[in-house]
Amino acid sequence: MKELETANASRRSFLKSTGHLMIGFSLYPFASCETKGASLEIPPYEGTPLRPHIDNKLIDSWIRLDAEGYLTVLSGKQELGQGIKTALIQIAAEELDIEPARCRIINSDTGQTANEGFTAGSNSVEGSGKAIRNAAAEARLYLLKLAAQKWNTSPESLTVANGIIKSPKGDEISYWQLLEGKFIEEKITGEAVPKNPSQYKYVGQSVKRDDIQKMVKGESHFVHDLRMPGTVHARIFHPPSYQDRLASIDLSGIESMPGVLKVIKNGSFLAVVAEREYQAVKAREKLKSLAVWNKAPIETPSDQLFDSMKSTAGKPEEVKLSPGIADVIAKAPINHQAEYFKPYTMHASMGPSCAVALWEADLLTVWTATQGVYPVRGTLADLFSLEEEKIRCIGVPGSGCYGQNGSDDVSGEAALIAKEMPGTHVRLQWMREDEHKWEPYGTAMSFQLSAGMDSDGKILAWDTNVWSDSHSTRPNGQAASFVSARHLAPPFPFKKGGFSGGSYRNGIPEYTIAAKQLHLYNYSGPLRTSSLRGLGAYGNTFAMESFLDELIQKSGNDPIDFRLRNLEDPRAKAVLETLAEKTGWKSRQKAAGYGFGIAYSRYKNSTSYFAVLAEVEIDREAKTYQLKKLTGVIDSGLVINPDGLKNQTEGGMIQSASWSMIEEVRYDQDGIKSTDWTSYPILRTIQTPEIEVHLIDRPDTPPMGAGEAAMGPVSAAIANAIFDATGSRIRDLPLKAEKIDWDAIS
Amino acid sequence: MPQNITLRVNGETKTISADPEEPLLYILRDEFALSGAKYGCGLHQCGACMVIADSKAEPTCLRPCSSFENTEITTLEGLKKNGKLHSVQQAFIDTQAAQCGYCLNGMIISAVALLEENPKPSENEIRTALDPVICRCGTHSRFIKAVKLASQTLNQ
Repeated sequence: MKELETANASRRSFLKSTGHLMIGFSLYPFASCETKGASLEIPPYEGTPLRPHIDNKLIDSWIRLDAEGYLTVLSGKQELGQGIKTALIQIAAEELDIEPARCRIINSDTGQTANEGFTAGSNSVEGSGKAIRNAAAEARLYLLKLAAQKWNTSPESLTVANGIIKSPKGDEISYWQLLEGKFIEEKITGEAVPKNPSQYKYVGQSVKRDDIQKMVKGESHFVHDLRMPGTVHARIFHPPSYQDRLASIDLSGIESMPGVLKVIKNGSFLAVVAEREYQAVKAREKLKSLAVWNKAPIETPSDQLFDSMKSTAGKPEEVKLSPGIADVIAKAPINHQAEYFKPYTMHASMGPSCAVALWEADLLTVWTATQGVYPVRGTLADLFSLEEEKIRCIGVPGSGCYGQNGSDDVSGEAALIAKEMPGTHVRLQWMREDEHKWEPYGTAMSFQLSAGMDSDGKILAWDTNVWSDSHSTRPNGQAASFVSARHLAPPFPFKKGGFSGGSYRNGIPEYTIAAKQLHLYNYSGPLRTSSLRGLGAYGNTFAMESFLDELIQKSGNDPIDFRLRNLEDPRAKAVLETLAEKTGWKSRQKAAGYGFGIAYSRYKNSTSYFAVLAEVEIDREAKTYQLKKLTGVIDSGLVINPDGLKNQTEGGMIQSASWSMIEEVRYDQDGIKSTDWTSYPILRTIQTPEIEVHLIDRPDTPPMGAGEAAMGPVSAAIANAIFDATGSRIRDLPLKAEKIDWDAIS
Repeated sequence: MPQNITLRVNGETKTISADPEEPLLYILRDEFALSGAKYGCGLHQCGACMVIADSKAEPTCLRPCSSFENTEITTLEGLKKNGKLHSVQQAFIDTQAAQCGYCLNGMIISAVALLEENPKPSENEIRTALDPVICRCGTHSRFIKAVKLASQTLNQ
């Protein structure tokens, strides 16, 4: 317990100075929240002094008690609208016995929080939550020992209520009195045992999110809303298509426009800076009209995409082998083969990406909605050939991103533009067409499945071939992972990463099958791709659970009974049994023109279990169908916040319904044609199905990520329901009504 | 050329000098320092930028500011009355109707305008009123629930 010394004095003073700036403006990230139910004697939250993150083994890296009366939690994970702030606060509040209303959280700031990589893969509760739980338990033990020493008693004899330690004799002292304004410098030793879930008071409650309270009032919340004094506005004009490069532009007419402060041309990188936002928008329109481009067509036309994928050269990755499987399938009493397809799909964030950047001498600060402040910092360091210590990335919530949208790119671009405007905060926001055309999409994928069954309906063998482009081209320390770095003169060369695990995620069935095999063909496609919610699990689960339904239909089985018979994990069975019970599956009324579809998966074959029933109604006259209802059951282990988990699951179900029924990125040789909400429609309120979600809480098992669990199963459930209603099996997404064989319906 | 534009926003009248063609959205954010209305598409397709103009929910990202003169403009920030949240705002909190929250402005503004005109809307009327607003996180079912709750509260 002493003043913490940092090794690097210059770094520290940099952090201090930018921290000062921050407090002067909008208190980010010390966002003060309204206190609910806090008693009058608690002072207002003043924030916790800015201290650089040193080592994630220190309690202080995760838990701070230096704001009088408050617990401050630190997490390297970003709030993406999934309610992670509240869930992490509940975990810390629980271990330290402090009401959640007296807890605050700082997320994603290279100046303060631990490096937790990307907020991705639904692992924030599993990763950050675990670290925070352990640190909080250690902090509690440390404080109890301190009090015990003071009162000459044992830590075990003491109790805590809302931050106040009490002894059996009636002594009382608060955490903050005990610390006397100093902070805990102890390490996390592993000595402290976190609470038993049976004692939980705050974990397991539907604690409401503070940020919703702010947002309904229109208070500043998003990176888009940051207002620093003297902020100027920037806009960028990206090339019309991926490989187009600037031939010429006459900038003189733009430089003289009202309010324009700067016009930047570096290779094919074109940007404008103006005093007012609208002036920047107008100047961008002018850039767009004056720029002359050397056009480079997209080589694979969209109508040849499927064939292009299937003709991928080279040997596939042998993800799982089962020698002789082809024979087993060929000789099986029932065998079946089918091919499925998923097109390119968008994150399509509602708010185009935005960032604010400031250069002060050779120190760079970027306020960013990235999912990974440290990876973005490393990538900025490469872009500017600058030491990482001279860059601070402060995470601020953006519009929902569901993976890698434009937030990383816009952060790099804002820094490039701000470099030309030293000492000035530069706010760059993309226009709608920038986001639609330049975000990295969820890749197109192809699937070829074959299986053999015996006459009793037991699956003997299951063979899968997957074709997929990359599911991760996130910032990795190479400048060219920011798309605009590829347009500079000279351009930074871009190399795709080698991560293929996302492509076969959930590709191997967890059903009890003696022979399973999977080959992956790594395809390099025409459009820019990266991580989108669920990665390959979405497409793989669509293909797998559709194909399973085909086998079930062929063998005359019941979709729930069949899955139950072919699964061993009792938790997998439980979500299906609960689904059957909640939906009255056995007594469902089969009516003409109405279809029921079931699907199930365990996300990543290792986290949340999810089963879903989709109900569709067809309109034969209009040759359309309507998704009437989705009912989901999820088991993600210990539930931290039941309503938060429901909200995430409902959102995943509706988003997946939109992807699955409507969405596909359109392009031709001139570039992307899906440039707005008319050319890339998504589900709106009128089309939204009724949604019902049931939770299975497992307090004795660890909490697991849940945000991506629904994506894959929902797509297959809808396809299976369409088959049930019409007899048409749609194997290529999206599940458009025009793909149904209307003439075949009796 | 800039000219004087007089706007009445959340009960206060202010005259500013601006290009009359400048969409109201940028004026609200730059001149009035309001954050509720947001840029989403610049095409009147997504509803992120909505305000209530003379009791109707209107997008502001294209429509010139000068066309809003002599109009009573209410933004998300102006819905609170006497320090108390509007029933729709309260219902959004009570039902935790948000994920990322970028669409909340459009959803709440549309719901307030609906309930002013039709205090007891059917579910279909609620869906129709919210349909112009895009939500990418898939929070639609909660928005419908929130508007039903707000309608009940208002009619108590």
